[in-house]
Amino acid sequence: MSLYSFPFDSTETPEHDRLGGKCTSLVIMTNAGMPVPPGFAVTTDAFDAVMNDTKLHDQIAAHLKGLDYNNPAELDRQAALIRELILTQEVPEAVRLEVVAAYNRLMEICGGEVPVAVRSSATAEDLPDASFAGQQDTYLWIIGEHNVMQKVRECWASLYTARAISYREANNIPSEGLSIAVAVQKMVNSRSSGVAMTIDPTTGDRTKIVIDSSWGLGEMVVSGEVTPDNYVVDKVMLSVVRRIVSDKHEELVPNGRGGIVRREVEEERRNSPSLSEEEIVSVAKLAKAADKHYGCVQDVEWAIDADLPDGANVLLLQSRPETVWSQKETPVANLSGGAGIEAITRSLLASIEKNKK
Amino acid sequence: MSPRAAKSFPSPYSLKTPKGAEGWQELYPYYLVFQDSQRKEEEAKFWFCDSQHWPNVFKPFEVIGVEFASRCLGAYNTRHYIVPPANGIDFRIHMGYNYFSPVGVAPELIGDRVPHFMERAGHYFQNWGDLLENWKKKVLKNIEEIDAINFEALPDMVPLEDIKSGKGMDPSVQMFEDYDRLISLVYRNWEHHFEFLNLGYVAYLDFFGFCKEAFPGIPDLAIAKMVMGVDSVLFRPDDELKNLADLAVKLGLTAQFAGHINAEKTLAAIAAAPKGAEWLKAFEDAKDPWFNYTVGNGFYGTDVYWRDNLDLPVGYIADYVERAAKGEQLHRPKDALIVERDRIAGEYAEALSGEAMETFQGKLGLARAVYPYVEDHNFYIEHWTMGVFWRKVRQLGQLLADQGFWANAEDILYIDRNRVREVMFDYANAWAVGTEPIGPKYWPAEIARRAKIVNALAQNRPAPAFNEPPAEISEPFTVMLWGITTDQVQQWLGADSGNKNELKGMAASGGVAEGKARVIFSPDQLGELEQGEILVAPVTAPSWGPVFGKISATVTDIGGMMSHAAIVCREYGLPAVTGTGNASTTIKTGMTLRVDGTNGTVEIIKK
Repeated sequence: MSLYSFPFDSTETPEHDRLGGKCTSLVIMTNAGMPVPPGFAVTTDAFDAVMNDTKLHDQIAAHLKGLDYNNPAELDRQAALIRELILTQEVPEAVRLEVVAAYNRLMEICGGEVPVAVRSSATAEDLPDASFAGQQDTYLWIIGEHNVMQKVRECWASLYTARAISYREANNIPSEGLSIAVAVQKMVNSRSSGVAMTIDPTTGDRTKIVIDSSWGLGEMVVSGEVTPDNYVVDKVMLSVVRRIVSDKHEELVPNGRGGIVRREVEEERRNSPSLSEEEIVSVAKLAKAADKHYGCVQDVEWAIDADLPDGANVLLLQSRPETVWSQKETPVANLSGGAGIEAITRSLLASIEKNKK
Repeated sequence: MSPRAAKSFPSPYSLKTPKGAEGWQELYPYYLVFQDSQRKEEEAKFWFCDSQHWPNVFKPFEVIGVEFASRCLGAYNTRHYIVPPANGIDFRIHMGYNYFSPVGVAPELIGDRVPHFMERAGHYFQNWGDLLENWKKKVLKNIEEIDAINFEALPDMVPLEDIKSGKGMDPSVQMFEDYDRLISLVYRNWEHHFEFLNLGYVAYLDFFGFCKEAFPGIPDLAIAKMVMGVDSVLFRPDDELKNLADLAVKLGLTAQFAGHINAEKTLAAIAAAPKGAEWLKAFEDAKDPWFNYTVGNGFYGTDVYWRDNLDLPVGYIADYVERAAKGEQLHRPKDALIVERDRIAGEYAEALSGEAMETFQGKLGLARAVYPYVEDHNFYIEHWTMGVFWRKVRQLGQLLADQGFWANAEDILYIDRNRVREVMFDYANAWAVGTEPIGPKYWPAEIARRAKIVNALAQNRPAPAFNEPPAEISEPFTVMLWGITTDQVQQWLGADSGNKNELKGMAASGGVAEGKARVIFSPDQLGELEQGEILVAPVTAPSWGPVFGKISATVTDIGGMMSHAAIVCREYGLPAVTGTGNASTTIKTGMTLRVDGTNGTVEIIKK
């Protein structure tokens, strides 16, 4: 067990205090069969070591001592100084080595050096609100261990923006024991992607998973700019019960530098299935796991990552409750009437009626 | 009219008799061959070949099986329970193979049948347990009576005590009565065979129909798995062999099985070993009734039963001993099967609510209650009854062979059951008159002629069907039992011009397996199967049980979700694709296959 890093696919129990909210939920999802893009947490222990094994803790305390919170200019200046301290503080060797090892392991899983996202993962109400933390401290398309380490520091430093400092003051949150974890996660390289719904919207049947899938990023599926392949999977048996392969003329693909390019799909791929048989089942499994985990019908965004090996390349990007179809009652007109001889006779006769049509 | 119906199968009247099989019609009853006078009527019906139950050409005596089985199936629909939409299934023999044509009920007559069906079938559903208990007693009593029959040569003189007691009858009277009783008792058990079977299917189909409506597109396999039993009597014989193998390992008899050549040598080695007696006692106990089990399906007089050929069970045990000694778990994963069955049923139930959920549970409950019969009856009738029956027929055949009528006991099979009685009369008559019977001068040549015809017919595989198929095949028994669907028929017609290396069939037992194919046409070839191979056969019998522990998947030409191969594979957790139509002729031994039992496809990966 590592002290300073925690892979998302670890089977150890994720402790919220060490991983922060975001990383804890990423670990829980992975363990529940909803594999998010692979990655690891830089734990709060790493942050604590940086603070306590160096002079940083005392230096920050000195900057905060007697600070006039009603003077915005002064608050900004002190906050900037504190952040500068954090960004320039040499990270203790033990911490650095472990984070680098976790990063290297991640790159190994991805089959080579690939871009990652670095995000802060707050442990409590140390920061004004979740969106504040999530949006402010997301660094995408980061390549190389040096750059990653730098972005980790920036996430640490985000605890000391002027707004965060004054928020804690206003809410009586002590600066002592303050900590933060950081998520380092592979950027998705979508070969194919799409959506999966854990209900058949045409019949309201909850034992089906309906998958729309196309090449590249999922935006074109969601926006309807391309006609996706459509697969229906039996949710219980996880077998494909219907498949329609469509002409998928265009795709969006990442350019590897944070941008996206739209391109025409070459002839031989246009009418080929965008998911293999095994991948259809993997997407269905992931959607079923989300349905089970959240206890209600889900609308899932997923992707097949081109960098990851078969069997580990189906990723969950987002899952949210499905609200339109699941509110409708399952049609039960013919589905009642019990199990006695009357019911049997009725259905024998009904099958004849149906065959006559 | 559907464009699909444009294609049609040949008329039976248009097929050429294979060379050397001229006159085959005379081997079978007049009412079972397509008569020229009936051409118009016969060509108006769609007939499909049942090579699932009758994969081989009938010898005249063997027609008894298809006659009794098909007649009794029909009687229960048409005359006992008055099933509203379905009468029986008409049958014909053409060039040695059996063809079926389901008989529906005219729509205007269906309504009148409903109250009768509800009263009659309702009584059976309501009293299922008690009636089934009684069923077993009736069937076992008939088996016991058949077993007690004994055909012996007529003595030179009527026994003195018969003279002194004033019996006033010679032993030929008993011989004729025994023969008539043999036929009558087996007829009775075929009646009983269908007493519960049709209703079992009706309840199953009711649940099946509900699932198809509630969960459109639900795989047939899911429905079969929700209902399946795990403790069927049908699997007991194989379980007994496994128990005997475990016992052999426990008693330290592994070495005695090691160089197994035949039952005689192996059993002698065991008898000579310390603790061998204990094992032999267990072996004897298992024999009756569990070795009344055939590698065939009970419909052929040459079907070999374990009890009559101990090389089979002892050979299987030797295989099992070898595996058990390596620490392999031989027994079926019963607990896991139950867990899986309940998971599946639970997840489908969860998707429903209120009345629909209650209906689902009710229908599932009934299907589960009646379903064990669908599996179990096979042991009591096809295996046990027919095993004892054919033994008696062969005994009579041997008696007449000893009297010079023909060379071998099995030659009796070349004569139909009614003419066998004539042959017996010839024998008893000459015995009475004090002259030589005519048969020994007549039958050897006639049997040789008939054997030539049967062999000539056997060179031909049967045509899968005759005449124009209906646009939609929906008759539930046809679909359920024989796996004959609209798609299947179109595939036979060659309408499916897809991938030549892919065969389609019924997704009968889930999972995917890859391996080498082994094509098996008769049970004698079962010994060729090697560990991990994929069994490809026109049809399988449940009694091939022991080989299912060895293979990795099964592919058959014929058979639906409820076919034997499908049932056994589900119980053994092996992938199976049934009803492919032509796997056994398309696939050759040694090819590498990928069998997807979840989606019903077989791919030839390497030729």
